[in-house]
Amino acid sequence: MTDAIPVDPGFTPLAGAWWIVLLWLVLAFAGLIFQRRPHLITHLIIPLGALGALGMALIGAAGLVEPVSRFVLPIGLPDLPFHLRLDALSAFFLILLGGAAFGVTLYASGYLRHMERGALALLSLWYHLFLAGMVMVMLADDAYAFMVAWELMALSSYFLVTTDHDIPDIRRAGFLYLLIAHVGAVSLLLCFGVLQGGGQIESYSFDAIRAAEPAPFWSSVAFLLALFGFGAKAGLVPLHVWLPEAHPAAPSPVSALMSGVMLKTAIYGLLRVSFDLLGTQASWWGILVLGLGLITAVYGVIFAAVQSDMKRLLAWSSIENIGVILVGIGLAMIFHTDGKGGLAALALTATLYHAINHAFFKGLLFIGTGAVLHATGTRLMGELGGVMRFMPWTAWLTLIGALAIAGLPPLNGFVSEWLLLQAFLLSPGLSQPYLNMVIPVAAASIALAAALAAYVMVKFFGVVFLGQPRDPNLKNAHEVCWPQRLGMIWLALGCILLGLMPAQVIGWIAPVVQQLIGQTLHNDGGWLMLAPVDANRASYAPLIFFLVVLAVLLLTFLAVRKLYHGRIRRSDPWDCGYPEQDARMQDSAEGFGQPIRQIFESFMRVERETPDPFDRHPKYRGDSRDNIWLLCYAPIARLAAWLSDQTGRLQHGRIQWYLVYSFATLIFLLVFTR
Amino acid sequence: MTAGILMQLAQTLLAILLAPLLMGWTNQCRAWFQGRSAPPLTQPYRMIRKLFHKDAVIAHDASPLFRFAPYMVFACMALAAGIVPIVANDLPFSPAADAIALVGVFATARVFLALAAMDIGTSFGTLGARREMLVSFLAEPALLMVFFTTSFIAQSTQLPVIVETLAHKQFAIYPSLAFAAVAFWMVSTAENARIPVDNPTTHLELTMIHEAMILEYSARHLALIEWAVALKLFTYSALGIALFIPWGIAPAGNYGALPLAMLALVGKMAAGGLLLAFLEAISAKLRLFRVPEYLSTAFLLAVLGTLTHFLLEV
Repeated sequence: MTDAIPVDPGFTPLAGAWWIVLLWLVLAFAGLIFQRRPHLITHLIIPLGALGALGMALIGAAGLVEPVSRFVLPIGLPDLPFHLRLDALSAFFLILLGGAAFGVTLYASGYLRHMERGALALLSLWYHLFLAGMVMVMLADDAYAFMVAWELMALSSYFLVTTDHDIPDIRRAGFLYLLIAHVGAVSLLLCFGVLQGGGQIESYSFDAIRAAEPAPFWSSVAFLLALFGFGAKAGLVPLHVWLPEAHPAAPSPVSALMSGVMLKTAIYGLLRVSFDLLGTQASWWGILVLGLGLITAVYGVIFAAVQSDMKRLLAWSSIENIGVILVGIGLAMIFHTDGKGGLAALALTATLYHAINHAFFKGLLFIGTGAVLHATGTRLMGELGGVMRFMPWTAWLTLIGALAIAGLPPLNGFVSEWLLLQAFLLSPGLSQPYLNMVIPVAAASIALAAALAAYVMVKFFGVVFLGQPRDPNLKNAHEVCWPQRLGMIWLALGCILLGLMPAQVIGWIAPVVQQLIGQTLHNDGGWLMLAPVDANRASYAPLIFFLVVLAVLLLTFLAVRKLYHGRIRRSDPWDCGYPEQDARMQDSAEGFGQPIRQIFESFMRVERETPDPFDRHPKYRGDSRDNIWLLCYAPIARLAAWLSDQTGRLQHGRIQWYLVYSFATLIFLLVFTR
Repeated sequence: MTAGILMQLAQTLLAILLAPLLMGWTNQCRAWFQGRSAPPLTQPYRMIRKLFHKDAVIAHDASPLFRFAPYMVFACMALAAGIVPIVANDLPFSPAADAIALVGVFATARVFLALAAMDIGTSFGTLGARREMLVSFLAEPALLMVFFTTSFIAQSTQLPVIVETLAHKQFAIYPSLAFAAVAFWMVSTAENARIPVDNPTTHLELTMIHEAMILEYSARHLALIEWAVALKLFTYSALGIALFIPWGIAPAGNYGALPLAMLALVGKMAAGGLLLAFLEAISAKLRLFRVPEYLSTAFLLAVLGTLTHFLLEV
């Protein structure tokens, strides 16, 4: 195989992407070199990394319209160079990555200023390697390069998660993450092995895999392995247990990238393998993904509602959103195998739309949470409250993210949910009996998840930012600095624009859908309006919607002011005839989650310590444990411990026995190899 | 087009102006059923007027969100009233939002009110917000399934198209709509804070949901919220009429049918208010944790409606 780089006619987007990856690699090691000068890292290196991310988003935008470009990198094993390729699917995910990472990295340049300098240099190293790894995953065009990039991403994120490795809980979370990431990676390795047909195809390049036609049985095996491997990365229930541990453990900008972008690499991989490489073959694949997605969505949001740690709450909410995305993929597969290309395009558009939305609002919420965490020193919602008074910028920007994730119009979360529900509404068109009746009803689970997401966000925003400060020290909380604000503003703007201009966004998604399904979503509504399939069937025009709300708001406000008066008297809140109200009487996070705990009691194991009624300083502790952990993982952990114990019996410190072992092994080998 | 826009504006204004009247009528009917002497029909208007004239009393720590929320809630309800066909099926604004977006509009208003309730930090406010969000997450899937049933019949989620299909095309009997209608009624009582889910006249701490949220509001803010509540009831009634008994709504462009449509609207609304008051008078409020059972019944009925549609009507 020749290692020559093809002479390109000009500067292709792929070459640009590669240059930015190189820039990140240089920045990563520059941080190590200049580790004694933290100012240089926070004021120059990280902002440059952010610019790189912005460039990556632009390259993605160019990659959507430019023809597919390829590139062979002469690194890697002999005879096994890295193949890179930039097509519409990769380009879309590059936009997602670049857009979200720009805001988050900008924020990080302010957030990390107070970090200790040795840790800062290491963080900068892994952070940039993490970005580079994720981009390489999206560009890889052969199984080998894909796995190398996948490992780079997994390892760098492991080191990012364990940044505060002196805390035992964080080490534990990091280990769990590393373990499940590798179980998933093994599954992916097997998947690529199956795809390569056990050596029937000469190369591991995706082109060869795409051209091969494996037997249906082996296709299904490969698909299941891919679903397991990517599901472990995405937090698919029941492979989600690492996510609520690892995401909160990382520093906030890293949590934002992990939740907002890294989970999407798994979605990218699933789309790449199932649609592009295998070309979805059986409709039960779709039913499986749909079912798992529904379970993941509902399970995730129920647990989000009972959390009392704000980052953990957001991590569970990420699980929910991954579930929603998987539901879209499942629907698209079902439609696709049924020969309903237009409907598959609608479902896939909803999926990709939700993926980019989630990158923006979850990134925003995580960095907003980071700002609160930094200013107050606590993640526990029960110790916060009233933060809006001291950090108005953070609060209002986070509010945009919270409203967007709650799926409220005219923000972006609503658009993708709307598209997904429209796809559900069209499912009676399926030709399979029963399926066309059951799937519409399954939409109710999505509605339940969306409504519960609103509950979760009212809880999150209300308990953290509104009300009275539950701790007097909160009054010293200070607003974040400008780079941090700009990062949040960028992501909030993204949420607003993605919500207000769905017709344009769908135009960007169209080449991707075209590539995967061979058909695009027809928008009947022009630039202003979103009308998939037919304007008479359903339409939504957020811009008009927004302008009308704005007009009514202004009119009402002016009318009330003109006709009456604007007089205001300030007083104490009404005390219900009980003058000793204090901040502790507000709902705590546990209190706000209590109805959910009661209704969905069978999903979780609740552990509670209620204080003695005569206690002067009562402490309440309530914990809702994940039943899946107790039912699936705890037995495995016990089995592993038991096996290690049994193996440990071999080891008893007596040299005679060790000599016997060596002797027996030697004899065995001699007999065996004779 | 101009006529359509004028019609749209007139219809929305009509909804805003008539909404307190429906509230007054329902209160009057309820007083009759309960054997009390009834307040006049115009009582809600007087109440709103009185509130607008008062000085607003606001807690020291209230954030701008607290003062913004009533306007937002009112704007959302006005928007919702603009989406639903009330007297004429001539809505140039309707392509901007369909039935699913309508659910979103109601959700937006609710979330703002719940956040505002948590803003002051009194225990009642948070209690109300929590309960309101509880009721809503149970009611929303059921409401959406009701919309799904009607959308499957009309092959559209646009309300004017649904009305057009049911009222102005060939007459057909849809058994699925019977299930959906009962489910819709149950959901509406929950969403409008009526008995058996909530009691609009109570200020008893153990039971209140909606009233607990707005306890801190006074004067013009309270007036706007009360008005928005009346408007929500009106919009839900109009929605029920449009989905289940749409006969009488004037087809697009047919202005001759308007007087009849007005009469039909007044008649249907009066009957609806009477029925609501009657059902409220004979039923008791549910304990909070019986509400999930009530709303899951509504949900099951809506699902049955959808399945009936597929089994009998396709």
